[in-house]
Amino acid sequence: MPVSDFQPVIGLEVHAQLLTQSKIFCGCSTAFGAEPNRNTCPVCLGMPGVLPVLNQRVVEFAVRTGLALECTVKKTSVWSRKNYFYPDLPKGYQITQYDQPICEHGRLVIDTPQGEKVIRVRRIHMEEDAGKNVHDTSGGQSLVDLNRAGVPLLEIVSEPDLRDADEAVEYLKTLRDVLVYLGVNDGNLEEGSFRCDANVSVMPKGSSTYGQRCELKNLNSFRFLKQAIEYEISRQVDVIESGGKVDQETRLWDVNKGVTRSMRSKEEAHDYRYFPEPDLPPLHVSDAAIDAAAKALPELPRAKLTRFTSQYGLPAYDARILTAERPLADFFEACAAHYADAKKLSNWFLGELMRLLKEEGTPLSALRFTPAQLAELLGAVDKGTVSANAGKDVLGEMFRTGKAPADIIAEKGLAQVSDTGAIEAVVDDILAKNAGEVEKYRAGKKQVFGFFVGQVMRAMKGKGNPALVNELLKKKLGD
Amino acid sequence: MQLTDLTMLELAAKLAAGAVSSEEATRACLERIRQVDPKVRAFLRVDEEGALAAARASDARRKAGSPASALDGVPVGLKDIFLTEGVETTAGSRILEGFVPPYDATVVRLLKEAGLPLVGKLNMDEFAMGSSNESSAYFPSHNPWDLARTPGGSSGGSAAAVAAREVFGALGTDTGGSIRQPAALTNTVGLKPTYGRVSRFGVIAFASSLDQPGPMTRTVADAAALLQLIARHDPQDATSAAVEAPDYSADLEGGVRGLRLGVPREYFTEGMDPEVEASVREALREYERLGATLVDVSLPHTKYALATYYLIAPAEASSNLARYDGIRYGQRAKDARGLKELYALTRERGFGPEVKRRIMLGTYALSAGYYDAYYLRAQKVRTLIREDFTKAFQQVDAVLSPTSPVPAFKLGEKVDDPLSMYLMDVFTLPCNLAGLPGLSVPCGFTKAGLPVGLQILGRPFDEARLLRIARAYEREHDFFLRPAPLQGWPERQASVTPPCP
Repeated sequence: MPVSDFQPVIGLEVHAQLLTQSKIFCGCSTAFGAEPNRNTCPVCLGMPGVLPVLNQRVVEFAVRTGLALECTVKKTSVWSRKNYFYPDLPKGYQITQYDQPICEHGRLVIDTPQGEKVIRVRRIHMEEDAGKNVHDTSGGQSLVDLNRAGVPLLEIVSEPDLRDADEAVEYLKTLRDVLVYLGVNDGNLEEGSFRCDANVSVMPKGSSTYGQRCELKNLNSFRFLKQAIEYEISRQVDVIESGGKVDQETRLWDVNKGVTRSMRSKEEAHDYRYFPEPDLPPLHVSDAAIDAAAKALPELPRAKLTRFTSQYGLPAYDARILTAERPLADFFEACAAHYADAKKLSNWFLGELMRLLKEEGTPLSALRFTPAQLAELLGAVDKGTVSANAGKDVLGEMFRTGKAPADIIAEKGLAQVSDTGAIEAVVDDILAKNAGEVEKYRAGKKQVFGFFVGQVMRAMKGKGNPALVNELLKKKLGD
Repeated sequence: MQLTDLTMLELAAKLAAGAVSSEEATRACLERIRQVDPKVRAFLRVDEEGALAAARASDARRKAGSPASALDGVPVGLKDIFLTEGVETTAGSRILEGFVPPYDATVVRLLKEAGLPLVGKLNMDEFAMGSSNESSAYFPSHNPWDLARTPGGSSGGSAAAVAAREVFGALGTDTGGSIRQPAALTNTVGLKPTYGRVSRFGVIAFASSLDQPGPMTRTVADAAALLQLIARHDPQDATSAAVEAPDYSADLEGGVRGLRLGVPREYFTEGMDPEVEASVREALREYERLGATLVDVSLPHTKYALATYYLIAPAEASSNLARYDGIRYGQRAKDARGLKELYALTRERGFGPEVKRRIMLGTYALSAGYYDAYYLRAQKVRTLIREDFTKAFQQVDAVLSPTSPVPAFKLGEKVDDPLSMYLMDVFTLPCNLAGLPGLSVPCGFTKAGLPVGLQILGRPFDEARLLRIARAYEREHDFFLRPAPLQGWPERQASVTPPCP
């Protein structure tokens, strides 16, 4: 059977670092990039005698995420120890949640070429991150950096509802947008603050029994996720086609070779000896806390997108881009409050504003002009005070200096000339100087019109009101 | 009478009156340690400098009329399970040899803030696993009442030091009887508070759901005073109770008239030493004479307590001791090649046989496929044991029993027989499984002159009543006044290490 006769079945496990100021069980900073082992204390170093104290912010973030993913938030959940030896795990166990996680039975809607699809979320739980081993190849030594040890994580596990690599990528992107919207995670795959493992299996099309699954690791970009899943699907199909059996194992995505390779077989899998963490009482979340979190939940990307199309009459394409990030969407709405033509506003956002933000590497939060000022500029273009082209220059200047658009137009002399007399004089002059071209035009060579417009605009240094220039040229040429 | 013969409160009164200085008292302890500790071997290390500095600071406060607490200036010792900033802490294990903690345990901080000079670190069974002090990686401590015998364990060093009057009091920890059993074997008072009453932060963990620090003293009143300093909520310990501590000394002399005291039939079983049973029965009659009513009660699941304990405690220990891996602190097998060998050799050399046995037991009990049959089942039985007590306490105010089924046994007698060693805790460990407070108070001696202890168990956070009940009995007797003979074992042989099984 060819690959097309097989149905891939995919589930994702996502680890998202939470954007708390301090670690999950001690007061150490979670800041990224500090000198090794600087953000540590006896607790996160796993010294003898230390005890964990839960950071309540972590619970708030977990509840918020659970509600956004339409989960049941459990009023009682339980901490467990996951026991294994590794140098980056200071206590020799990870404090996590096992059989009683804080959130269960959620869902996330994604877009597929066939339309919307619901992906079920099996569970969300809280846990602590491990540190990092640094292998110093020159000295033959391995060093341990425990700055990351104890940084709070949410693990979000989907049901195996994804059916191909594109759906997996779409799910991961959608999930990331939600977490970033919620302010609980920065969505950075490359730095590892948003990580993903994929469980992949294949079964003959039409079957309802899942095949043996493999867990894929080291998928630190959307591209790798897609490539690794696609490779793994064809590998598993090959194994089955050649009469073999897929073994349950953990496989690592090899970025350089573009293949997955076996890391650990089922036999080598750890026995983590989970048991309830005796140092932490069961976690209780009150109805009041859940209600408060529900009330404080921001509008999520999907709802915002829908609203942008209906409320502002924007095409889905525009709405998707404008709502991809919450600050951009918020800024758009602030501008729209001052300017009625949402589509025109959207064009400026999608064109000039996003180009400037990207080129200058400025975050939206550092913008120097106000929504009202952008609206003022667009109004000036509408009224013909400046040309659309000059308007772009004005926006660039507003972006860099924060000056008011009116001041920039005045300073730079960018105001458009809409004085009929002044334009008429230039038109007359140009037509007089180009009698030959006028003749050709009148003889029917209408393309020459553009040449006249160009000449007039050049003579006026681009400031002539294009509509008036057109109108006067046509009149003088006898059209 | 020597200065070191005073109780904590007697010394505190003299300090308050200016009749003696803390420095004098501390020097008296240090001198006493020099004299008798070569025989008793209670101390793993003495912090002479630190203790004297604290004593002088205390004297300055007393002189200025601003003592930090009622016990300001009273020197005490610490079981080596409490982390002390700047002072080596080993939990009686090789694997932590040379480990100097960067922070103080909460209770250590509280004692320092209260002005108590901390004389040194006291011997213990390795990681508190044992009932005789013989699993200490360094040496066994000796019972001041018969130097050939054990002072009990695991807080044996603490009990021996208090009994030998090397310190005025000490802190121990109790996971299955480690405060009460050594107290019973050395004619001292030992109190295991309610689980959560005293902070575990900075206490090297054996079994997290059972461990509890507590005072070890010569008198009940001293235990009350010492408990007062450490019984408080600690935000650094999530299992610490947010329950206000009462004044433990206020009602100490209140007597037992009208109290109903339970005598659990399951605690008076065959195998108990007849002299121990006789002493305890005599104490029960004494309570009746003092106006209490004795009530026959049943704790039917007692027979499962030992098995339950030896699943739960090792399971937690197997996880708690995973951090001793040679990576960050303590001993490391420097000759190891590769990570796996580093782990294996470090732990092979660093842990003693009893610790290894319990890590194996606990790892097994938590393993996939065995968890339900062992650990989970044990937790269910634990609930039944707790309910036994809840029911009993609907009828009675406290439960009385022997603390240990036998008096102090000879060093070396049981080291080859872990099961009979485990049986030493049979009366003490149900209390830990139920999270209740328990106290051992001296209740006489055998014909051979070995101390016997009476155990008093109470409702959660009912320490004040336990102390009052113990005090009622203590007031009628002078056991605590008797000095230990410090004989029975030639000094030069006192340092033999126990044979390895």
